[in-house]
Amino acid sequence: MTRRLLPALLVWLAFVGLSVAVVSQTRFTSDLSAFLPASPTAEQQVLVDQLRDGMVSRLLLIGIEGGNATTRSALSRELARQLRADPAFGVVANGEPVHRERDQALLFGNRYLLSPAVTPQRFGVEGLHAAIGESVDLLASPLGMLTKSLLPRDPTGEMMQLLEGLDGDARPALVDGTWASRDGQRALLLAQTRAAGSDLDAQQDAIAKVREAFTTATQAQQAGDARLLLSGPGVFAVASRATIQDEVLRLMLVSIALIVTLLLFIYRSATALLLGLLPVVSGALAGVVAVSLGFGVVHGITLGFGTTLIGEAVDYAIYLFVQSAPAGERHDAERRPGIAAFWPTIQLGVLTSICGFATLLFSGFPGLAQLGLYSVAGLVAAVATTRFVLPHLLPSGFAIRDVGPLGVQLQHLLVNARHLRWGIVALALAAAAVIHVNRDRVWNRELAALSPVPAADQALDLALRSDLGAPDVRHLVVISGRDAESALQAAEAVGARLQQLANEGAIGGFESPALYLPSQATQLARRASLPEPAELGRRLELATIGLPLPAARLQPFVADVAAARERAPLTRADLDGTSFALALDSLLIPQRDHWIALLPLRAPSDGPFAHAIDPDRVRTTLEATDARALFIDLKGESDRLYSGYLNEALLLALAGVAAIVALLGLVLRSAPRVLRVLAPLVAAVLVVVAGLVLAGVTLTILHLVGLLLIVAVGSNYALFFDGSESSGGPAPRTLASMLFANLTTVAGFGVLAFSSVPVLQAIGGTVGPGAILALLFAAVLSRP
Amino acid sequence: MRRAGLIPLLCAVALAIAAPFAAAEAWNLEQLMHALGKQRSGRASFVERKYLAILDAPVESSGELRFRAPDRLEKITLEPRPESLVLEGNTLTVVRGERRHVVQLSDYREIAAFIDSIRATLAGDRAALERTYAASLAGMPNGWTLTLLPRDPQMAEVVLRITISGSHAQLRGIEILQADGDRSVMEIVPERVAR
Repeated sequence: MTRRLLPALLVWLAFVGLSVAVVSQTRFTSDLSAFLPASPTAEQQVLVDQLRDGMVSRLLLIGIEGGNATTRSALSRELARQLRADPAFGVVANGEPVHRERDQALLFGNRYLLSPAVTPQRFGVEGLHAAIGESVDLLASPLGMLTKSLLPRDPTGEMMQLLEGLDGDARPALVDGTWASRDGQRALLLAQTRAAGSDLDAQQDAIAKVREAFTTATQAQQAGDARLLLSGPGVFAVASRATIQDEVLRLMLVSIALIVTLLLFIYRSATALLLGLLPVVSGALAGVVAVSLGFGVVHGITLGFGTTLIGEAVDYAIYLFVQSAPAGERHDAERRPGIAAFWPTIQLGVLTSICGFATLLFSGFPGLAQLGLYSVAGLVAAVATTRFVLPHLLPSGFAIRDVGPLGVQLQHLLVNARHLRWGIVALALAAAAVIHVNRDRVWNRELAALSPVPAADQALDLALRSDLGAPDVRHLVVISGRDAESALQAAEAVGARLQQLANEGAIGGFESPALYLPSQATQLARRASLPEPAELGRRLELATIGLPLPAARLQPFVADVAAARERAPLTRADLDGTSFALALDSLLIPQRDHWIALLPLRAPSDGPFAHAIDPDRVRTTLEATDARALFIDLKGESDRLYSGYLNEALLLALAGVAAIVALLGLVLRSAPRVLRVLAPLVAAVLVVVAGLVLAGVTLTILHLVGLLLIVAVGSNYALFFDGSESSGGPAPRTLASMLFANLTTVAGFGVLAFSSVPVLQAIGGTVGPGAILALLFAAVLSRP
Repeated sequence: MRRAGLIPLLCAVALAIAAPFAAAEAWNLEQLMHALGKQRSGRASFVERKYLAILDAPVESSGELRFRAPDRLEKITLEPRPESLVLEGNTLTVVRGERRHVVQLSDYREIAAFIDSIRATLAGDRAALERTYAASLAGMPNGWTLTLLPRDPQMAEVVLRITISGSHAQLRGIEILQADGDRSVMEIVPERVAR
């Protein structure tokens, strides 16, 4: 140990102390928020809000399988009964008519405030004649059977108007009085949590409650063979969180175990092992601290990715130990020339890696920027620890196993391997050809590709969703207002336009908060259209001339209209206890300083525009109103968002490559040398991408990060080969250290390839093979 | 409310459509079924009058009935207001003015049983018909009456009796008597005769 140890060690200890302090204050998250934009547009903001708190984010899709239809239906009723009694759930629907009576009572009691048909003209003599005539004609139709008994109180048919306005959604089939899938093999329920979809703890509680209630129900029904199926955004989010937490921990332990084993095998020294892990710990700490300070929150994916950095940071210690401290060189003074020899190469390798990752910092995608920051900070800390702290900590007499003989063997291999160089050129060209042929499907442009949800769960979700009549909201019209009233008024204006589109068949239909709660202005206008009783009676005498329905039979109507004239307009509180309350609350949402109204659109189920809504047509229609309504295609929006990130990331990666080329040019000052350093890296990247494409994998943004890592790790190898050209190839110890470094890297990343989290798997499956190829190619392409 | 309404509606449609495709000379229920089962498609025009307690005069509607084997039934009303009612497979679609209602038949269990039995009738399956109704055939071949009484108590709360009348191979009318005393009478004229 030397006296220079003291300042370096003190700095390092201070760093560790500070880091631990920061990390202990750090907030970790594992929802998908890191994949959402940092500075959203208005459309993206709606998308983000909907993903976090929207009505869709609060849906639990529940299926019951096994047993017979009667048992499933009984379980469905019992489960729904328990969940309805639980305040955690706003709505629990399974096809039972729980709200029907209260809903219909509310509609019928307030029909003259709610019905869009109520105007002064309709209550004039001619309007009454036409409306009553129509109701009489309706009696000739089978639909008239529904309205017959209401005719004396509702001769103008307002109730029918209301039912038609609300009767939009396609609903699942009923088996034994509860919802069932089309094949009848599965009972279906839909539950909406009161808690926001982004409140994962509440979602987890809700899911546990469903499972508990189901267990109780199966015991009560003695239906042991019945199974519960659960899906929905909350289920996915909770499961993903658990998976990411479990996996990050498990992967970290596994890769640490693997690397420790490898290092013990190489070093045969516990001291060396412990010292070798110092740069790793420093790098990981620095990464977390940097991300925590830079972003305020650290994503689980970033941590998972961090485990991979173990594989790279450990390399520096390997280079140090193996290249500078062979057995027999026992004194610090003898060690220094070794460091001096390899340090410039390492320095350049680290700078190259930093060039690659630093560009990610400019990504508008917080997840990617986190990875970039983590990598840069981690690498710098790891290499600085290796260079400035570690040498001073080596005890005098420090020795690891002599790897010289192994290196000599590797040298022989290397000489033979160089004959393969044209083979590698051919392989790289073939890979480039494969990529070129498949260039249209190399990249996956859907946000769903990043989802940590396994494919089987996604398939179950799709099946339940289609059975339940697809209650997923894709197309939305969003309107803002200063307050609830003005948002509702705007929704009414836009609704009138949308109704035209529905009549033309351009959209299948739409929902609007104003259907459940018209604006006060509209309600008052409708109320003002109602004539006073004596006047109404006089008009009815005239209006019923020529109709088979004498005015005398319509006294209940006159009484109802008189009562309606005294009735105060409906407010939100009046909807309590009906199914309209939650419908309204999910469509009319208070924001910080304004309200927004959501009008989800349904695609037509048939006709010339079946299953497709033409966004331009809707936008043109909306522009004709002065409500400044936004039309949003949520899936299109999220895919466009992700696709934008992907394009941006590709550009940034290219910029990173350009920076690396510039750096190498500046340091090496020789175009042929730059080319020779880059050639094995380019070849490795090409072959890995071609391999992934051939395996049917479409590349995501995380694969791109993996490719950058190949360049980062591989540049060290290429530079070692390049730097030793003057001396006729790398020394045996250098060769051995590269092999060890490569093994630990592959161990670190290889573990990720077995992760069930697709994003981690993507990085593992890219970097694992890529690191091996980069070393091989660098060796084969090196000049003797 | 809705449930109650659909039963007479479907009775009327299905039986009305079955009507023009009537049977052979020798006369019993078995042979009626057999003759109906042979029909693959057909059209007829109809006039329907409903006598309702609430109205002083009956309401009348008219239009066309169509059937295509195995399971497509249409009732196209032209007067007093255009309306189309199409039953295909499990789906009942009613279009009236700009409004369009789509109902899954299986959502209405008693009606599903009912309509299945009607389809079975059109296919000549007497057993299926008699699962839903007590059926009795009366009269002579040149003036007969088929009376159907619902077996299901829930159905019987809505429909008291369905009476189909005809002469020789030809069905002439369907009368549906509802439990509340209202009734509808449908006259049927096959198009090949009308033209």
